[in-house]
Amino acid sequence: MALELTGAEILVRALKDEGVEYIFGYPGGAVLHIYDALYKQEDVKHILVRHEQGATHAADGYARSTGRPGVVLVTSGPGATNAVTGIATAYMDSIPMVIITGQVHTSAIGSDAFQEVDSVGITRPCVKHNFLVKDVKDLATTIKKAFYIATTGRPGPVVVDVPKDVTANKAEYAYPKKVALRSYKPVVEGHQGQIKKAVELILSAKRPMIYSGGGVILGEASKALTEFTRLLGYPITNTLMGLGAYPATDKQFVGMLGMHGTYEANMAMHECDMLLNIGARFDDRVVGKVELFSPGSKKIHIDIDPSSISKSVRVDVPIVGSVGNVLGEMITLIKAARKQPDKAALAGWWKQIDQWRAKDCLRYDHKSKLIKPQAVLEKLCQLTKGDAFVTSDVGQHQMWAAQFYKFDKPRRWINSGGLGTMGFGLPAAMGVQLAHPRATVACVTGEASIMMCIQELSTCKQYGLPLKIINLNNRYMGMVRQWQEFFYKGRYSHSYMDALPDFVKLAESFGHVGMKIEKPGDVEPALKEALKLKDRLVFMDFITDETENVYPMIQAGKGHHEMHLSPERELA
Amino acid sequence: MKNMSHIISILMENESGALSRVAGLFSARGYNIESLTVAPTEDPSLSRMTLVTSGTDNIIEQITKQLNKLVDVVKLLDLTEGPHIEREMMLIKVKATGEAREEIKRLADIFRGHIIDVTGSSYVIELTGPGEKIDGFIQALDGKAIMEVVRSGVSGIARGAKSLKV
Repeated sequence: MALELTGAEILVRALKDEGVEYIFGYPGGAVLHIYDALYKQEDVKHILVRHEQGATHAADGYARSTGRPGVVLVTSGPGATNAVTGIATAYMDSIPMVIITGQVHTSAIGSDAFQEVDSVGITRPCVKHNFLVKDVKDLATTIKKAFYIATTGRPGPVVVDVPKDVTANKAEYAYPKKVALRSYKPVVEGHQGQIKKAVELILSAKRPMIYSGGGVILGEASKALTEFTRLLGYPITNTLMGLGAYPATDKQFVGMLGMHGTYEANMAMHECDMLLNIGARFDDRVVGKVELFSPGSKKIHIDIDPSSISKSVRVDVPIVGSVGNVLGEMITLIKAARKQPDKAALAGWWKQIDQWRAKDCLRYDHKSKLIKPQAVLEKLCQLTKGDAFVTSDVGQHQMWAAQFYKFDKPRRWINSGGLGTMGFGLPAAMGVQLAHPRATVACVTGEASIMMCIQELSTCKQYGLPLKIINLNNRYMGMVRQWQEFFYKGRYSHSYMDALPDFVKLAESFGHVGMKIEKPGDVEPALKEALKLKDRLVFMDFITDETENVYPMIQAGKGHHEMHLSPERELA
Repeated sequence: MKNMSHIISILMENESGALSRVAGLFSARGYNIESLTVAPTEDPSLSRMTLVTSGTDNIIEQITKQLNKLVDVVKLLDLTEGPHIEREMMLIKVKATGEAREEIKRLADIFRGHIIDVTGSSYVIELTGPGEKIDGFIQALDGKAIMEVVRSGVSGIARGAKSLKV
């Protein structure tokens, strides 16, 4: 007879058998048995965060930078509710995560017990799936199912709620090698007929455009995408979530698209006659006004999630399947096809795109006496040779990082795209650094965002995580200020961050290195010095021009051809 | 595009919380539920749900896709897409005194209802049929006589030999 283990031991063994390297968590009453089981082993390493939101973002950063699922352990009640923001963040960006939440004793469920909350109910709308384990005999299988669901199909977070008595009760331990669910069978192979139809359209295009998203990164299909795009010689744009899936320094790359995308990317989206969407979801920040979106194009959409197809934009050829498989098949078909892209038409199209490119839409004032945030990021990219892991928070700094850091590899750009979670950057960077101990990990943030999870500086100290924090400090919630300037006649309602801390002293008090940079000429030396401090976290507080805005910009609800460039060259 | 009523038949895992996943999906995405019935099938591990909703073709397409995406949903079918049968059951309590007693009994007979509870002043009538028939019976009754209406919501099944099974 196999050895009987407690639920807590089963849980930890299951994580080990699942190959889990790190779990991010915070102890509490309902999970004390689990923490005791963790204490007695060394295979699964636990990272103690300072707030459960930090645990979920750290696990998320770990997952985004490795492709492996992030794992979180929190207690019942407030532990679970604090984790919700991070769970929703992962859900919106389809990040594989397994979150184990403690729960009160099964006999106390529903009695408004101390630290009781309906975790399954609270997380239901922001998880791919969730479970409440009522019997210790089901625990190992449920953990297996959770990992299986989280990592297959369109990935996402899965919550497993485990009552305290379940972690104390005993059962035989056997970890299933595989699970099959009759109700869950994601489609990964694209429909042959649809793929053929799509290839026909792709090869007939005169003004083709490839628009790829986070699905390419999640589906490990960057190589296939690069081969496919180079084979055709077509222009390609990436969404915010898809940056790095195609090398940004390649000449076929026309930059990011959407609200703060490049002029050339958005104009090409508007004017193309064939639009191929690969693993993106026609998000509202990309599409703008649906009625005005890419009006003259035949549209093809490859997505692993059928519900993403025709949700907002109707397409001519939908293909459900994993982007890697579908691109692989398309490459084979294109290589075998007699028909080839129309070279003359393509040359004309590129000429048009190069004219749009010549507007140099990301240009900014290089002679300013104030530090321009764009200059900091351009320099960061240059000094790290475009090969650092860059996490960001949410707002202007996020858009500038996306515009000015040229990502040539997937999984280097880590940001909260869908939910737009301020506070994401620092804890996410912790997860990235743990997964890549020798890599340079930069957290690009602003003085408003960083305050939302600032407590994690303490976690960084405990585990010696040498992050490079680039705080673009403009004394405003910059994106809010920008919208108030544009759309509320400059009534800056509650967007000024008054009573800011002295970030240098703050970093030092946590045991880190702090720097304050106030002059454009000091930017490069400061970055160089910080990057040299390989084993220290450096908090760089860049005092930037508070009036700087993110351009180009398409206002919400407008079409791609209605872009605004920066005021110096502003037309409309 | 016109809003059309659709009857969606869903085979799902008989797990606690499965119903709330469906109900939650509808409220979170702003879809209508006109009626919903659910009960276990001959296989106790599966439940069969019949859901009546309405929307444009695009909305119905999203509803079926989103429902299919729920991990607990095994299979589903939009019954409205083919020939099907729908039935609803109603229990209605009416005042039955004096001359009205005979009149209500006759009306129930016309609609093939059954009187299943009788007191000196009331009847409970059981009536089964498509929604319009039930609406019709309610219309035919004197509104003041109606004491209580309990409708089961629509249950439906496709015509022909094909079936929605695992």
